[in-house]
Amino acid sequence: MRLVASYLIGLIFGVGISISGMANPAKVLNFFDLTGTWDPSLIFVMGGALIVTFIGYRLVLRKPAPLLEERFQLPTATRLDARLLGGSALFGIGWGIAGFCPGGALPALGTGRIEVFAFVAALLLGIFAARGLMALDNARASRAAPGAQ
Amino acid sequence: METAFTPWQSMGGGALIGLATVLLMLTLGRIMGATGILSGVLLPSAPSDRTWRLAILLGMVSGPVVILALTGQMPDVDVPVSLPMLLLGGFIVGVGVTFASGCTSGHGICGMARLSRRSIAATATFMISTGLTVFVVRHVLGV
Repeated sequence: MRLVASYLIGLIFGVGISISGMANPAKVLNFFDLTGTWDPSLIFVMGGALIVTFIGYRLVLRKPAPLLEERFQLPTATRLDARLLGGSALFGIGWGIAGFCPGGALPALGTGRIEVFAFVAALLLGIFAARGLMALDNARASRAAPGAQ
Repeated sequence: METAFTPWQSMGGGALIGLATVLLMLTLGRIMGATGILSGVLLPSAPSDRTWRLAILLGMVSGPVVILALTGQMPDVDVPVSLPMLLLGGFIVGVGVTFASGCTSGHGICGMARLSRRSIAATATFMISTGLTVFVVRHVLGV
């Protein structure tokens, strides 16, 4: 049941991304190219997704628990730290260079286009590299302050 | 390269993205973030967390195929970017989203809809840095 629900949810997301233009780097890059070939379409993607999610989350999170699990798992961190802001700034640089973000690229794999596979391969390499760096950093922090990690 | 302005189509696609996001919270109580789903398939914190993420990933990849079946056409994927730039961009995105614990879907949609301070700051940061990067790449470097 969980897997059927997950597959269908992924499918709805994938169809939405495909229709919206988020899987199309030409459209994504034009959205950010205010002084060039500007195409404002993607603000409507964000708008449509945010309206539905804002209302839907308020209805769903009123329930004591999700339908198929025991509890909701929401992020609890609230601190604005260097990892969050530096990571986001880096993400934007990569997005501006390639035109794909992870949520746009994953469904786009289904088109079979070689460029998407190249992007996702490099994306995975970046994720592994950052995981490694974070593990090193955490290990150093816990050596410096035993018990703090 | 010019692209056509498609407000209704984009809003419809966005609404479906929102629907999937709400349904995942309703059923499994989880955040719909592409970064978390991909990382969770590769490096799961618990084995039971891998299967549902893999099912979502398979669903996502089926999206364009369903569009092909319904309309007779694959969705447009126009890549006005060279292969080295795609690889460089992909690597930087991977590092960035891992440090930021999220991307356009996790922070930009789920987090913003929850009015999370971290997600609002993250989204503002990456929207500005993406815009600056596109400006530099296209109008300063002229790539």
